[in-house]
Amino acid sequence: MSDERGLDRRGFLQCMAWTGTGLVWSVVGGVPGSRALGPGRAQAEGAGEAWSFVQISDTHIGFKGAANPDAMGTFEAALARIKALDPKPAFVIHTGDITHAQKAGAFDTVSEALKGVGVERTFYVPGENDVFADGGTEYLNRFAAGGSGRGWQSFDYRGVHFVGLVNVLNFKAGKLGSLGHEQLEWLERDVAPLAASTPVVVFAHVPLWAVYPQWGWVTDDGAQALAYLKRFGSVTVLNGHIHQIMQKVEGNVTFHTARSTAFPQPAPGVGTGPGPVKVPVEELRGMLGVREVRYAPGRDRLAVVDTSLA
Amino acid sequence: MRALLVMAALLLAGPAAAPAQTESARVEIRDQGFNAPSVTVKAGTTVTWVNHDDDTHTVTSTVDTFRSPGLDPNETFSYTFTKPGTYEYFCTLHPLMTGKVVVTPERSGS
Repeated sequence: MSDERGLDRRGFLQCMAWTGTGLVWSVVGGVPGSRALGPGRAQAEGAGEAWSFVQISDTHIGFKGAANPDAMGTFEAALARIKALDPKPAFVIHTGDITHAQKAGAFDTVSEALKGVGVERTFYVPGENDVFADGGTEYLNRFAAGGSGRGWQSFDYRGVHFVGLVNVLNFKAGKLGSLGHEQLEWLERDVAPLAASTPVVVFAHVPLWAVYPQWGWVTDDGAQALAYLKRFGSVTVLNGHIHQIMQKVEGNVTFHTARSTAFPQPAPGVGTGPGPVKVPVEELRGMLGVREVRYAPGRDRLAVVDTSLA
Repeated sequence: MRALLVMAALLLAGPAAAPAQTESARVEIRDQGFNAPSVTVKAGTTVTWVNHDDDTHTVTSTVDTFRSPGLDPNETFSYTFTKPGTYEYFCTLHPLMTGKVVVTPERSGS
């Protein structure tokens, strides 16, 4: 039972995750591996049918803290990374904290800027910073008008089923964020007709798995959502919120948290609590980044490629 | 907890000779927490919260009695408690940050 080396497989994956910068994560048969970034990586994925999308997260536009006085500048650097992708991604997914504390004009700034990166559409889910002041009114009017629920959504793209979940709309004192009954029931109905062989990508702001509950880095009823996805052969869960890359594999489900484009946060349990971490200015961009996720039909493979802004 | 209560008491402004006239108190927000999770004050006291974090926080009553805007670094929020009672509050951005203000009658027996 005990591991003499004191390093189990999960620990090993996390250790690898901390090395972060410049690694390409590939998911082959549910097991992540990595290789160094290098020239010709687009071709390396082969298959003309391959396509990709981008995850951007925690842009925190309006943040002016010491950890990054120029969150707009680093956001623009992230946009440049997306624009430079070749081949172009099909779309962008923003996993929330679009704004920093709903600063005036920030939603406009981000949504307009993302229209200029050369993709047809950006899909959003909110972070707590996007809804805390008005209970989500502005966010929902802007990004979820006409939807049946409160911002949750699903869509299909070339055989992959995407589900966007909202876990920041019912924060209560002393409690963890949750999805809530209505959304869970919707999710159950949404995935019910799908064949188990359908690849599923789930995206939400706060991690759906227990990264560090003491800091609120978990979704209270996330396990219930994951139970509805258990029967699928390939599930990729993309989250933000914690401003750092972490991975975990559980059965057919692969969890990934993303970097922010604004500021880093501490590793779980390190220091006095979560929040912006000020690092030497020359190190900052190495801790920020964007993510490209590539899908190659027939290869049972989602390649998750994290690129820093350094 | 007791130490924090004492600390909160020490933060109370006003001359020590006239304890009944206490009018203001401060709660520091630091390291994703309220430094005095429970503060006891007399009715009529103005409590001021000061955000020393690099992140934004709020001071929000659990029953909507008071609600600060997002407090950026070094910003403050004040609220005057006129009625005795227990007022629980939290940060709507970081709901694990909680605190309460216990307001006692201005003068005993009044």
